Amino acid sequence: MINEDVEEKKWGEEMEKDTIAAISTPLGEGAIAIVRLSGEEAVGIANQLFYGKDLTQVDSHTIHYGKIIDPTTNQVIEEVMVSILKAPKTFTREDVVEINCHGGLASVNRLLELTLQMGARLAEPGEFTKRAFLNGRIDLSQAEAVMDLIRAKTDKAMDVAIKQLDGKLSKLIHKLRQELIETVAHVEVNIDYPEYDDVEEMSHELMQTKTTHVQQEIERLLQMAKQGKILREGISTAIIGRPNVGKSSLLNALVQENKAIVTDIPGTTRDVIEEYVNIRGVPLRLVDTAGIRDTEDIVEKIGVERSRQVLKEADLILLVINQNEVLTEEDEQLFELVRDLETIVLVNKTDLPQKIDLDKVKQLAGNHPIITTALIEEKGINQLEEAIAETFFAGEIEANDLTYVSNVRHIQLLKQAIAALDEAMSAMQAGMPIDLVQIDVTRAWQLLGEIVGDTVQDSLIDQLFSQFCLGK
Amino acid sequence: MTYEAGNFDVIVIGAGHAGVEAANASAKRGAKTLMLTLNLDMIAFMPCNPSIGGPAKGVVVREVDALGGLMGKVIDKTYIQMRMLNTGKGPAVRALRAQADKPLYIQEMKQQLENLENLTIRQAMVEKLIVEDGVCKGVITETKAAFYAKTVIITTGTFMRGRVIIGDLSYESGPNNQRASVKLSENLEELGFELVRFKTGTPPRVNSHTIDYSKTEIQPGDENPSHFSYETVDAIVEQIPCWLTYTNEKTHQIIDDNLGLSAMYSGMIKGTGPRYCPSIEDKVVRFHDKPRHQIFLEPEGRNTEEIYVQGLSTSLPEFVQREMLRSIPGLEEAEIMRSGYAIEYDAVVPTQLWPTLEVKKIEGLFTAGQINGTSGYEEAAGQGLIAGINAAAKALNAENLILDRSQAYIGVLIDDLVTKGTNEPYRLLTSRAEYRLLLRHDNADMRLTEIGHRLGLISEQRYSNFVEKQEQVEIEKKRLAKQTIKPSDQLNQLMETINATPLKEPTKAVDLLKRPEVNYAFIEKILEETTDLPNDVKEQVEIQIKYQGYIEKSNQQVEKMKKMENKLIPDNIDYDAIGGIATEAKHKLKKVRPLSVGQASRISGVNPADVSILLVYIEQGNIARVNQS
Repeated sequence: MINEDVEEKKWGEEMEKDTIAAISTPLGEGAIAIVRLSGEEAVGIANQLFYGKDLTQVDSHTIHYGKIIDPTTNQVIEEVMVSILKAPKTFTREDVVEINCHGGLASVNRLLELTLQMGARLAEPGEFTKRAFLNGRIDLSQAEAVMDLIRAKTDKAMDVAIKQLDGKLSKLIHKLRQELIETVAHVEVNIDYPEYDDVEEMSHELMQTKTTHVQQEIERLLQMAKQGKILREGISTAIIGRPNVGKSSLLNALVQENKAIVTDIPGTTRDVIEEYVNIRGVPLRLVDTAGIRDTEDIVEKIGVERSRQVLKEADLILLVINQNEVLTEEDEQLFELVRDLETIVLVNKTDLPQKIDLDKVKQLAGNHPIITTALIEEKGINQLEEAIAETFFAGEIEANDLTYVSNVRHIQLLKQAIAALDEAMSAMQAGMPIDLVQIDVTRAWQLLGEIVGDTVQDSLIDQLFSQFCLGK
Repeated sequence: MTYEAGNFDVIVIGAGHAGVEAANASAKRGAKTLMLTLNLDMIAFMPCNPSIGGPAKGVVVREVDALGGLMGKVIDKTYIQMRMLNTGKGPAVRALRAQADKPLYIQEMKQQLENLENLTIRQAMVEKLIVEDGVCKGVITETKAAFYAKTVIITTGTFMRGRVIIGDLSYESGPNNQRASVKLSENLEELGFELVRFKTGTPPRVNSHTIDYSKTEIQPGDENPSHFSYETVDAIVEQIPCWLTYTNEKTHQIIDDNLGLSAMYSGMIKGTGPRYCPSIEDKVVRFHDKPRHQIFLEPEGRNTEEIYVQGLSTSLPEFVQREMLRSIPGLEEAEIMRSGYAIEYDAVVPTQLWPTLEVKKIEGLFTAGQINGTSGYEEAAGQGLIAGINAAAKALNAENLILDRSQAYIGVLIDDLVTKGTNEPYRLLTSRAEYRLLLRHDNADMRLTEIGHRLGLISEQRYSNFVEKQEQVEIEKKRLAKQTIKPSDQLNQLMETINATPLKEPTKAVDLLKRPEVNYAFIEKILEETTDLPNDVKEQVEIQIKYQGYIEKSNQQVEKMKKMENKLIPDNIDYDAIGGIATEAKHKLKKVRPLSVGQASRISGVNPADVSILLVYIEQGNIARVNQS
């Protein structure tokens, strides 16, 4: 018995004192990388590597310029800015040190290794957030927003994440939960006081009205979530078309016009998988552009099945056809492929004589917007940008005054809540007694509660933290 | 000087609804049991409304019965009216409620107890517990008799420092002018108990001859009454109706004019009253816009003319009560036989108890019933039963019983009490049960008979009846799953009579039964092969098939809950050694000392982060132990 106590106590101490470290900026993204330390030894460890002021003597929440030296070889590794943040007013409520360096991956990795040599432990995925959460620093929805914060790709996306941190989403969810719980309570009163006429009997009609409203609100949130995802991750965009219709020109035009944010980092990966361009504040993530550059034909390169998959996962497809040639069977196949997907059709090469049957194109395009371009002369890019903005934001971007749900788990829960309300609806239609209908309404209430952390289950916590990326 | 008056396994102090069930369960388990009561003529007396059952409460009565308790049997023999409530709703919330014959109930209960083996009944006022080194060893009465026992159960209801209040009149008293228990309450305080002051109330009773029933609405009982006990076979033929009338603007004006004289509003009452059962002055003040409130006129028995004026609970002075009554249609000439009153009493803060209802601080001492901060006869009975089972278990070194939230309303009730405590008199509501579709009144026997049998609380005869019922249900369900019903003109004509859409394709009987408009009786009618099954078997088959989807969903939730419930917290856990748990949560955890992470997560003030840390801590402790060995 005594030994067990010792073991448990040791663990308790370990939990508090253990210092963890990780690269807290996503690998391969951004020009600055940060190595973050959290725990009692954070400052001490940083100080052993730092050539500059004595970090153990500086005030909390200050930044210091200096160099990182490998203590065994005395070799200078990096020029850095070091932030010293002392407990409890930090993200994890522990001492936190952030080492900002601007070097490439190799030197960041070297820096991390050095902190580990000095006694830090490599953080588990999501451990910083887990500590913040366990130390009572943040609630569930906020913890997840932090995760999104680091992934944010544009200023607007940053706004969304910050608003969520402020608990705006929580407030909205609380309001919806309140509506549901009021309805549920109404049914409960009817059940527990069946003879009292103080409260009108909750009818199926009344229940329907109330649940429908909440369902609509959740659907609105999901709709906005879609926009939020776009703001944060960019519109995942695939460019397709037969060889030599102008896909490269389109890419180049977009990239030049908008000063692309390129994710390739020398020495990490040779193939450029994604490129970002900024269209009126909306990031466009061009998928598999390497494919376009190398072979001029994504479909040809990766095979029809795989490209079908790529197309399905894309938010937007730009289908390019050549105005200077007649429609081919291949073109028609491509139209077939994108029929139910968000697509803009570009009729390119209007600088050359028209040989294409435009009526046929319109017919094939169906509801997809059609834009005529002369990409080689960079004509039509403006119209394309307009069409994109129109497609995703109905012309306006509402990042400033709306709450976006930006987390996959939140979205999943919202969808489940809608499904629960759907079940309540069909139970009502099937003539099920109101107290059974209410079971699903209560479940919707609980699901919404999981978003704001009101009902936590064991497995939820596990899932939550395994989903988090390294370092945060 | 005290004298040694006897040695027992279990002593039960009090013979109200908790006390009688505790004594019965203890004696049935084979413990030599002593039950002490202030007044032998008031065993299982109902000081408030003359009814038993209703939503959630009715289910408790059936649970008590399934575990060998007395309440169901006794009310079935003495009711004056029986009604099934919520028949328009689903099976989970249907509830049986009986109007009781108060004097007959007392007689019947007393006789049942007197005929019990292992039970001694005595009239006595207990003044003091014998506690040595934190262990309860017995009790001392005011006549200086010392009774010794291995365990003691206190079920003193609202008697502890009871104080009755009518207007500005206030005197020390138990309910219905019985003696209050003052010294025991002081003794508990000395022993370090945390007590709270609660309040409840009761309406005036009037003489039936002075009521003009023609101005009221009749509320008859059910034509074919159901019963609480699974052992009851005979119905009581002649039922007596209740009557419904309403307060009006005039009544409310009288209350408004005299509000300052109400003990509730003059500040004389300090105790917390129940929100779900407000006094009439409370109703009028809080719902001022409501033009009328319901008043039910309920007979107190067959052989008495006293009528209980349900809905008019009050602490206003007698002359206002009289004026108020006479403003109500049908009661213009009503003569008060007993006045309404409020009563204040001491209750034990129930977080001081383990889920077995044993007091954490004093080994061998149990408390049950209204003393634990509940209200209601049924809530008392459920706790009494569990305390009786566990006090006997401790005395006899036998298996104890903690019911979980998915097993019984009794489990919900006790878990709520010992985990969350209560800041008003606690009443069971169906909404307190998260798995209420599983906690139906129709399946209380299915849930608990097995346990009752294992603990020796029910007879072999009854158990074999139960096993037979279970088999019949299973066989019938299988039969319906095999039977195919073919569409025919004759059948579809029948379908039309119940407004069901006609059958187009051959359908299994089970699937047809799942349609909302189809019931078992209809299936029985259209199937060629007839079976002669008892009604409760038919009911079970119908509910289990019809609501299968919902029942399965609930079962899945229970599985999830059990995972947390099965993560036990070591009893030597030192919460101070766990970093990261918030101070408030630490304080609560140390006080409640939950047995499992599941229970911990239900403590208010323990937030998800704390639970998460606790989980990590326990997991890690387990890993450490495994590595060590």
